[in-house]
Amino acid sequence: MKPKILVLTCTYCSYAGADMAGVSKIQYPPSAYIVRLICSGREEALFALEALREGFDGVLFTGCHIPYDCHFISGNFKARARVALLKKLLSQLGIEDSRVRLEWISASEGDKFAKVVFEFTRELEEMGSLPKFRKISELGVEEHD
Amino acid sequence: MPRVGVYVCHCGKNIAGVLDVKRIVREVAKEEDVVVCKDYPFMCSSEGQRLIAEDIRRHNLDRIVVAACSPRTHEPIFQEALKRAGLSPFFLEMANIRDQCSWVHEHEKELATDKAIRLVKAAVAKARLLEEIRVEKISVKQSVLVIGGGVAGITAALDVAKAGFKVYLVEKNSSIGGHMAQLDKTFPTLDCSICILGPLMVEVATHPNITLLTYSEVIEVEGYVGNFKVKILKKARKVDETKCTGCLLCMEKCPTRVPSEFDRGLGERKSIYVPFPQAVPRVPVIDTEHCLYFTKGVCRLCEKICPVKAINYEQEDEIIEIEVGAIIVATGYEEYDPRKVPEYGYGMFTEVITGLQLERLASSFGPTRGKILVPGKNKEPQRVAILACTGSRDEKNLPYCCRVGCMNALKHAWYIKHSIPGATIYVIAPDVRSFGKGYEEFYRRIRSEGVILIKGRASEVHRSPEGCLGVYVYDPSLDEVLVLKVDLVVLEMGLVPNPASEKIRDVLKLSKSTDGFFLEVHPKLRPVETSIEGVFICGCAQSPKDIPDTVAQASSAAMKAVELLAKGYVESVPYVVSVDEETCSGCGICVSVCEFNAIEIVEKNDRRVAKVNTALCKGCGSCAAACPSGAIEQAHFTREQVLAMIKALAR
Repeated sequence: MKPKILVLTCTYCSYAGADMAGVSKIQYPPSAYIVRLICSGREEALFALEALREGFDGVLFTGCHIPYDCHFISGNFKARARVALLKKLLSQLGIEDSRVRLEWISASEGDKFAKVVFEFTRELEEMGSLPKFRKISELGVEEHD
Repeated sequence: MPRVGVYVCHCGKNIAGVLDVKRIVREVAKEEDVVVCKDYPFMCSSEGQRLIAEDIRRHNLDRIVVAACSPRTHEPIFQEALKRAGLSPFFLEMANIRDQCSWVHEHEKELATDKAIRLVKAAVAKARLLEEIRVEKISVKQSVLVIGGGVAGITAALDVAKAGFKVYLVEKNSSIGGHMAQLDKTFPTLDCSICILGPLMVEVATHPNITLLTYSEVIEVEGYVGNFKVKILKKARKVDETKCTGCLLCMEKCPTRVPSEFDRGLGERKSIYVPFPQAVPRVPVIDTEHCLYFTKGVCRLCEKICPVKAINYEQEDEIIEIEVGAIIVATGYEEYDPRKVPEYGYGMFTEVITGLQLERLASSFGPTRGKILVPGKNKEPQRVAILACTGSRDEKNLPYCCRVGCMNALKHAWYIKHSIPGATIYVIAPDVRSFGKGYEEFYRRIRSEGVILIKGRASEVHRSPEGCLGVYVYDPSLDEVLVLKVDLVVLEMGLVPNPASEKIRDVLKLSKSTDGFFLEVHPKLRPVETSIEGVFICGCAQSPKDIPDTVAQASSAAMKAVELLAKGYVESVPYVVSVDEETCSGCGICVSVCEFNAIEIVEKNDRRVAKVNTALCKGCGSCAAACPSGAIEQAHFTREQVLAMIKALAR
């Protein structure tokens, strides 16, 4: 089983880039799952945390190239700031921060999309799968309000 | 409870050839709230769409999932199908099991089917949570901005104007005409280029629906499809356009001489000048970098000589603001820099010129009045080598074909044959691509006229001991390296996007292809549309092409703009955000992340809460992601919907 990757994309660049990989029949592992948002500015840290908790091994944030490609002016910069903070949070939680990754993929870069998925898959393979999260109650620790 | 209908498309073998469609249907049918789950060979066919409409009525469906290709191309089609069946188009969710599944996992059929099942289940999970969205109709400004005044921009502007709409044509140079004005003749008919372009240029200048803004640049574009606000910088000509009669006395008297850009550095112009005799508008411009008055504070001859007092040294740059419904980008090309192919000695030997430079030498209003003379030698060349494909189809330089180099090489061979009948002409081309109407016939004609064609690529141009140039070329048919002794080398350079297009790209946020040209939505079905609605591309701005293709595409872009204007309205952005005032703490983070000033903090019942102006909201969802209390939701991309998808994909 290949590591499971959640790919968050914007509509205008990276989702179109993934479509371009399809049109050009550029192959990549079927363990990458794309969720389309309108803009990388909508790519929320919570989505990544939930995905990791639900069993994904890595989360790929994608958007239009910086500085000027974002159709909503600065969504890509917001994604960048968010991913940087998210990485910090993950390390504090004892999770490898390289489980989240940020890439700029334009609408014509189908080959780059596939390449990134391959690379990320290999990296995650080396890391091994993420230990399953358990509820506090399962640990037998008393919960406090 | 929602009633979901799921439709899995085979797309012929595109999907069904890789994925086990029946297994997908079996698995998805088990999902909660799925009332109908079917597969069909071609969902987008009329029969496929009818199937959806029929089921909506028969089974009272209120959410539809189509598992097929990309929503980027097909969402509008299925949304229409829902509408026709009386269901809101926003109750549709697509699962992209073709472009992002079957096409990219062709060799892992089992795993790909597993993935497709998850993708469709995720779409069902989202569909169950879809909400009603209301859109408003917004009127479309009845005017079009055309950027670039070459043959593409001219054609597009005239077509839109003739359809009865207002056009603003913006050109950065002092005259329209573009590269076509520089050409002497056009292949394959050998029409005189300016003779067919000139009348169109005049028509642009005189058409009542066209406002021509030359020596101007688009510097800012705001707004969206139907309602763009555009700022144009009209650079100071230093000549009053309303007074100037185009007598050009000023140009005659100006004492300075500057290399002419229009003549590609082979001729000279004055500091006050029109670039070429047929310039439109026929109003000169002062080049303040070379004018004696602006550089040394002396002269003012043009001011003294002008009979209508049109010279105005104090004239300043002006910002013009306009509103348009659509934008057509026709920023054209530039020749690839010949210095980047240093083995051919451009810049080192004056006898090495580019194709456009030869055009100027051949032109009756060029620096030599149409006599083809070797630059720096001032005599007619007796032996000429024309190097097609310079810089093109070359991994080190431009990997793509320029689509005009082969035919230009043949045309240029004809120029020389025609004006110097005894000349020996070599055309060196890896292969001659004469693909257009009448092109192959032209190729045969040139061959029959005694032009020597050599299949291959020149490896080097150097100075030979006799004083002429030596062109080294490997001829595969002879399996020998030939050294051609010539007096003139013509480089048919590859084409690159006009350098000025980069600025326009930033202003409009257009995407580019890997080769740097503007990216269309779909190379076959939507070749002039871009990912920015209401912005269209044509001509060499989109990709290298010849004049017939450019004109056809320009008319196509004009048609798309007219389609938008004639319809008269666009629908408002559906995926706007809304604020839950109960949970909003009024912190204002949303205000700080919004690029469109669509959110403000207002006082309501003694509390500070965020308020969204949906007319300004572009629907990026940045605020929804930034809100620390989760009080902002983006329609169709709510937190609940996205998380439901992630959960379904993780299963």
